[in-house]
Amino acid sequence: MIDEGKPIFQQIAEQIENDIISGALPEESQVPSTNEFAAFHRINPATAGKGVGMLVDDGILYKKRGIGMFVSSGAREQLLAKRRESFRADFVLPLISEAKKLGISPAELNNLITQEGEAS
Amino acid sequence: MTDTATPVVEVDGLTKRFGDVVALDDVTLSVRSGAITGLLGRNGAGKTTLMQTITGQDFASSGTIRVFGEHPVENAKVLSRISFIKESQKYPDEFKPKHVFACAPWFYENWDADFAAQLIDDFQLPVNRRIKKMSRGQLSAVGVIVGLAARAPLTFFDEPYLGLDAVARQIFYDRLIADYGEHPRTIILSTHLIDEVANILEHVVVIDKGRIIMDESAESARDSATTVVGPRGAVDAFVATRKVLHREGVGGLASVTVERLDADERRDALAAGLELAPVSLQQLIVRTTNSTVTEFAESASAVNGVRS
Repeated sequence: MIDEGKPIFQQIAEQIENDIISGALPEESQVPSTNEFAAFHRINPATAGKGVGMLVDDGILYKKRGIGMFVSSGAREQLLAKRRESFRADFVLPLISEAKKLGISPAELNNLITQEGEAS
Repeated sequence: MTDTATPVVEVDGLTKRFGDVVALDDVTLSVRSGAITGLLGRNGAGKTTLMQTITGQDFASSGTIRVFGEHPVENAKVLSRISFIKESQKYPDEFKPKHVFACAPWFYENWDADFAAQLIDDFQLPVNRRIKKMSRGQLSAVGVIVGLAARAPLTFFDEPYLGLDAVARQIFYDRLIADYGEHPRTIILSTHLIDEVANILEHVVVIDKGRIIMDESAESARDSATTVVGPRGAVDAFVATRKVLHREGVGGLASVTVERLDADERRDALAAGLELAPVSLQQLIVRTTNSTVTEFAESASAVNGVRS
């Protein structure tokens, strides 16, 4: 689950974000504790805390003193906007560069995307 | 976990000689309070000597050591807060594990007997067997249980798991993470199984031939090197001005490990059609503790040999 490429705290933050986007962690629901994340991913609790802290700084999660961490209202929309913004750089550009390498023209690529989009 | 300003351990200019052998060579180090630090290095690098000197079991030839702000040698106030679990702990001949666990609370004021009982169960340790009749793995389990259940403010694990199988080691890591999360304390873990502990460490200290060659957060150690893979010409052009930690190649392909690349450099590499691969902590340490100048020259000429 944890891979080498990215900082671990960033991966923890992304996984929580994914759960919020998918609805597995609804808004205003309680998020597992830092120690639970650490135990589950077998990582240092301080590292898990850093990932959670990043989302608190971004306003995605908020702290209720003595109770725990919760998903903010509007967090899902905020994350979707952020992900849409990075979609081009993260997915479209690598796709085009790989297509170019294989000699797939932009028109062919368009067709492929339309076909697959309709099939799924 | 905690941001206590004073380090728990402060070592300054520590040198330890055994006759002609310099085991520790001008070591300066401070250990962060409340963190899990990995003390890593090859056999004979000086890890155990460093821990023995810090815990007052051995004298420094020169330099100063402060543990909880005080000199550790024969200092009960300091030593009562330390637990040092080593590979080759000796016990009295007739001792059984139950005797060890019965004595433990005399030495460790935070001793948690319930936690110890749970760990005995987890490791399926026969508490009534005489210690000299036990297997290497069972002996290691005794040490691990003492080290965890003692909850000493400063805990050293020096290769604690000789003979423990993969399942038992996983139990150790899981209990360590969970208990440290509940009861944060300063832990120094020395091991050769770097891949297994990499994600558990918050800080990494690497010692090689008695000198500290790396002392940084695990996070920054993780991205302190990158492997660049691609056609030899393109890779050579890209790494020409950089510090090369390791190189290998097959056919026209080269794989070269270089020091940290920033975002712009990564983009340049990708634009040049090169692939970037992360370097695990273990690989990084193998590269940095193994790469003498001659070995470098040899591997470079071997690579050149493939080309001609």
